[in-house]
Amino acid sequence: MKKIGLLLLILSSVFAYAQTPEEKGREIAIEADKRDNGFANSSSKMTMTLKNANGDVSIRKMRSKTLEVHGDGDKGLTIFDHPADIKGTAFLSFTHVLDADDQWLYLPALKRVKRISSKNKSGPFMGSEFAFEDLSSREVEKYAYLYIKDEAVNGEDAFVIEVRPNYKYSGYTRSVVWISKEKYQPLKIDYYDRKNSLLKTMSASGYQQYLGQYWRPDVMVMANHQTKKETRLGFADYQFKTGLSERDFNKSSLKRAR
Amino acid sequence: MHRIEGFFSEWVIKHRVIVIVLSVIIVAAAASGLRHLSFNNDYRAFFGEDNPELVAFNEVENTYTKSDNVFIVISPNGGDVFQPKVLGLIEDMTQDAWQMPHSRRVDSLQNFQNTYAEEDDLIVEDLYEEASDLSENDLQRIKKIALSDPLLFKRMVSEDGRVTAINIVLEYPKLNPNEELKEVVATTRQLIKDYEEKYPNVSFYVTGVSFLNTSFVEAGEGDVMTLVPISFVLMMIFMFFLLKSPSAVFGVMLVIIFSDMAALGMAGHIGIQLSPASVPSTQMIMVLAVANSIHILVSFIFSLEHKVPQGKALSESIRLNLQPIFLTSVTTMIGFLGMNFSEVPPFNDLGNIVAMGVFVSLCLSLTFLPALMSYLPVKVKYQEDSDVEKLAHFSTFVIKNQNFILVGMAAIVLLSGYFVTQNRAEEQFLKYFDESIQFRTDSDFAASTLGGLYQLVYSVPAEGKGGISEPAYLKNLDNFSQWLKQQPETINVYVLTDTMRRLNKNMHGDDAEWYTLPESRELAAQYLLLYEMSLPYGLDLNNQVNVDKSATRLFITVQAMSNVQLLDYESRIQVWLKGNVPTSMQAPGTGPMMMFAHISDKNINGMLKGSILALVLISIILIFALRSLKIGIISLVPNIVPVVIGFGIWGLVYVQVNMGLAIVVSMTLGIVVDDTVHFLSKYLRAKREKGYSTEKAITYAYTHVGKALVVSSIVLTVGFVVLMMSPFALNSDMAKLTTWIIAAALIVDFLLLPVLLLKFDKDEK
Repeated sequence: MKKIGLLLLILSSVFAYAQTPEEKGREIAIEADKRDNGFANSSSKMTMTLKNANGDVSIRKMRSKTLEVHGDGDKGLTIFDHPADIKGTAFLSFTHVLDADDQWLYLPALKRVKRISSKNKSGPFMGSEFAFEDLSSREVEKYAYLYIKDEAVNGEDAFVIEVRPNYKYSGYTRSVVWISKEKYQPLKIDYYDRKNSLLKTMSASGYQQYLGQYWRPDVMVMANHQTKKETRLGFADYQFKTGLSERDFNKSSLKRAR
Repeated sequence: MHRIEGFFSEWVIKHRVIVIVLSVIIVAAAASGLRHLSFNNDYRAFFGEDNPELVAFNEVENTYTKSDNVFIVISPNGGDVFQPKVLGLIEDMTQDAWQMPHSRRVDSLQNFQNTYAEEDDLIVEDLYEEASDLSENDLQRIKKIALSDPLLFKRMVSEDGRVTAINIVLEYPKLNPNEELKEVVATTRQLIKDYEEKYPNVSFYVTGVSFLNTSFVEAGEGDVMTLVPISFVLMMIFMFFLLKSPSAVFGVMLVIIFSDMAALGMAGHIGIQLSPASVPSTQMIMVLAVANSIHILVSFIFSLEHKVPQGKALSESIRLNLQPIFLTSVTTMIGFLGMNFSEVPPFNDLGNIVAMGVFVSLCLSLTFLPALMSYLPVKVKYQEDSDVEKLAHFSTFVIKNQNFILVGMAAIVLLSGYFVTQNRAEEQFLKYFDESIQFRTDSDFAASTLGGLYQLVYSVPAEGKGGISEPAYLKNLDNFSQWLKQQPETINVYVLTDTMRRLNKNMHGDDAEWYTLPESRELAAQYLLLYEMSLPYGLDLNNQVNVDKSATRLFITVQAMSNVQLLDYESRIQVWLKGNVPTSMQAPGTGPMMMFAHISDKNINGMLKGSILALVLISIILIFALRSLKIGIISLVPNIVPVVIGFGIWGLVYVQVNMGLAIVVSMTLGIVVDDTVHFLSKYLRAKREKGYSTEKAITYAYTHVGKALVVSSIVLTVGFVVLMMSPFALNSDMAKLTTWIIAAALIVDFLLLPVLLLKFDKDEK
C-alpha cells in the first residue's frame, strides 16, 4: 500500500507539472477572454483626472463606446465632452492584435475627419499615464504568457502572470498582471519599460458585474513611478448590448457622434 | 592674564597624559562624522534653498517635465550627417540609449516625429527607419526636413548639417543620488567608447545637466586625490627643512591630520555636503594648522638651543605664544566666518569648515602638540642665527629710507587702487572648468554647433485653464518667438506655435499657405488634442504645456555668453515683453545658466557686507588686544593694502572677476592680519616692557618675528600655489589671488607698517 501511495504521489506531481508555467499563463488568459466574450457592445461615461508630481490637476470628460470584434481587437469610439474647446471631438480606433491600430479623429472646428497613421500603440492616451496599448482590449494572441504564482490583492485571490507583448513598438518589455480568480479581470498591473525597470502600476477597483456576466471596474488608477504623475479614470453608466453596430463605428459615423 | 598664561602652560605639561588622551578622544568623536560626508552631485548646490532664481526654476521643473539630460553630440569627420552610415549610427545609438538607466525619453534625428499629410491622412512617423535601405531620394528628403523644420534645425542638427545630437532625458529616482549619477555616467561613457571603436571616423562629445553635475563631483574628487596629498607632502618637506627635527615634523603632521579630520568630521555631523568649491578647506586647514604649530615649535626649539630643559622649554613656549596664537586664530576664524555672507552655499561651507579646523588646530597646538613633544626626543645643535643680523640690517635700511618707501608704497597703492576699478564681475559658468576637463571642451564644442547647456527657459502664462489655445495668446507667443529668433545671440527657439503652424499645414493637405496659426480657440485646442494623441512613448505635451493648459514653456538656445551678456539679453527680453504682450504673459527667464548669471552679483554684494563686517570686527579686536586705539587704526592700513594690491594686479592682468574671488577679501583679511598682529605685538612689547624708542622697537620686532613672518608666508604661499593647479577655476583663480595678497602682505608688513609707525607713533618727548 505504501508503494502505491508513493506512486500516486509521484504521479500527481507529474500531472501538476505536466502543465508548464507558459501553458498555465495562457490558459488563464484564454479563460479571461472567454468569460468576457459575447458582450457585443458597451458604452460608458469616463472622467479622466490628470495629476503631476506637483499636485496640479486637470479633468477631462468623455463617453466611450466599444464594439466587440471576433478574431481581432475591438473597435472603440470616444467622444470628448470637456473641456469645452474640444467638445464634440471624436476618436475612432480599430485595434489590431499585432498590427498598428487604425485611428481617426474628427475635429468639429475643422469639420473634417483625419486618419492618424501612427505606428505607436505605446504613446500616451490624451496626455495621460495610460498608453493606447493599456486601454485596448486584451486579445489572447497579443502576448506571450508566463504564470508566476498566486497572490491576493487587497484580500482578493488572484493569479499573477507575466505578459510579454508579441507586437512591435510596445513601450514595455513586459507587464505583470494580477488577475482575479473570481472575475478573471485584472486587479493590478505592473508595467516594465524598455529597459525593464518598473514604470507604472495600474490598480482597478470597484468591479461590478453587468448582465450577470461582465465585470467592469468603476475606477482605474495609473501611477507612474518614474515621473510621479498619476491618472485616474472613473467610469459610470456602463451599458451593454445597446444595439450599436458596425455602422456606428466608421468614418462617417464619427461626424454624427455627439 | 599673565598668571593665567603661566598656570595654563604649566598645567598642560604636568597633565600631559590626560591632555593627549582627551585630545585623541575628542578628535576621534569629531572625526566620526566623516562617514556622513559625501559630495553633493547637483549643480543646484551652488544656490541657497531660498534663492529666488532656484525657486522659480524648480517651480518650472515641477510644473513641466524635468530637463535633466545627457546630450551626446555626433560629428562625422568627413561630410554631413545625411549619409546612410551616419544615419545608421544615429539609429543604432538611439535604440541603445533607451537602455540607459533612468532614461525616460531619447530624442534624435531618427525618431523625430515627422508629421505630414497624405490626402485626408495625417501621417505621424519617425523621420527615418532602417537607414541602410534609404534611397538617394530619402536622404534628400531627410536633409531637407532637418535643415528647415524649426524643431530640428539648429537644435538637433547644426546649421551646416555636419553635427547632430542625441538627447537622453533622465528622471532620477533620487534614492541614492551618487550611485544613480555614476551609473548614468558610466553607461554613457561605455556607449560612446563602443561607438568610437565601431566608427573611428566619427567624433563624439558629451554634455548635458548630468555631465555638468558629474564634472563638479569629479573636479572635487580630483582635487582631493591629487592636490591634498601634494600639499601635505610639501608641508612636511618644508617643515623638515625648517625644524630639522623628525619628532617635531611628526608632531605637526599629527596636528594637521587631526585638525582636518576633526573639521571635516564635524562638517559631516552637521550635514554639510562637499562640493568642489568647499574641498579647498582641507588644504587651507593644513596650511593654517602648520602656521599655528610653527610658532610653538620654533619657540620651543629656540629654548632648547639655549639649553633650557625640554619640559620647561615647552611650557615657556606655550606661555609666550598663547596670546598671539589665540588672537591670530580668532581673527582668521572671523575672516572665514565672513564667508557666511556669500550667496553660494559651498562658500559658506568652505568658511565654516576652515573656521572649525582653525579652532581645532588652535586648541591642539596649545595642548596636544606640546604634551606630545614632551615625550619625543628632540636633538638640537646650537648655532648662531645669521638671519637675525640680516633682519637688523634691513631694519636700518627701512628707517633710513622711510620717506622714499612711504612715497613708493603710496604710489603703488594708488596705482593698484586704479586697477582695482578695472575689474569687472563677469564669468561664464562653464569656464569654471578649465580645458583639461573633457566636459568643458565637449560643452564648448556643443555650444559652438548646437548650443547644449546655454539654454534659457520661459514659462509663459495664459489666462485660465486651456487659455493657451486662445488665438490672442498664440499670436503673442508667436511674435515673441519671432522677435527672439531675430536676436543675434539666439540659436534656436523651441516653442509650441511652431508645432501649431505645422499641424495647421498638415491639416490642410501640407499647403505651405497654411503654415499659420489656427484662428479659433476650438481649432487650436483640437489640434493640441490631435497632437497629444499622436505623440510617441515617453513624450507628452507636458514637456511644453502645463497640466491644465494655462501656460507653455519656451526654450531658447543661445550662444556661449558671460553672465553680463546674458543679463543684458534677458533685460532686452523683459523690455520687449513689457512693451508687446499683455501683463498676464510676462515671464522671467530661468534655467541653470540664468541662475549662475544672477548669483555672481548677489554673491559680490553679500561678500562686500561680510568683508566689511569682518574688517570692523578684526579692527575692534586688535584695538583691544593691542590696548591702543592709535595702533589699532594704523593696523588697518597693512590689513587693507595687500587686498588692494592683489585686486589691482588682477585688474591689470585678468579683468574678469568670478564669484570665487568675492570670498577672497574676507578670507585673506583674516590671514594677513596675523602678520600685523605678530609684528605689532612684538613692537609694543619692546616699547612698553623694555621702554625702547620707536626705531629700536621696530628693529626688535624685525629681529624677533621677521623670520617667523617669512616662514609662515612661505607656508601659506606653498599651500595656495598647489591649489592654483586645480582644474576648477573657482579654486585656482581664488588661490592665485590669495597668493598675491599673502605676498603683498609680507611686503607691506616689512616696508609700509614700520614706516607708518615711524611717522605716526613717534616717541613722546
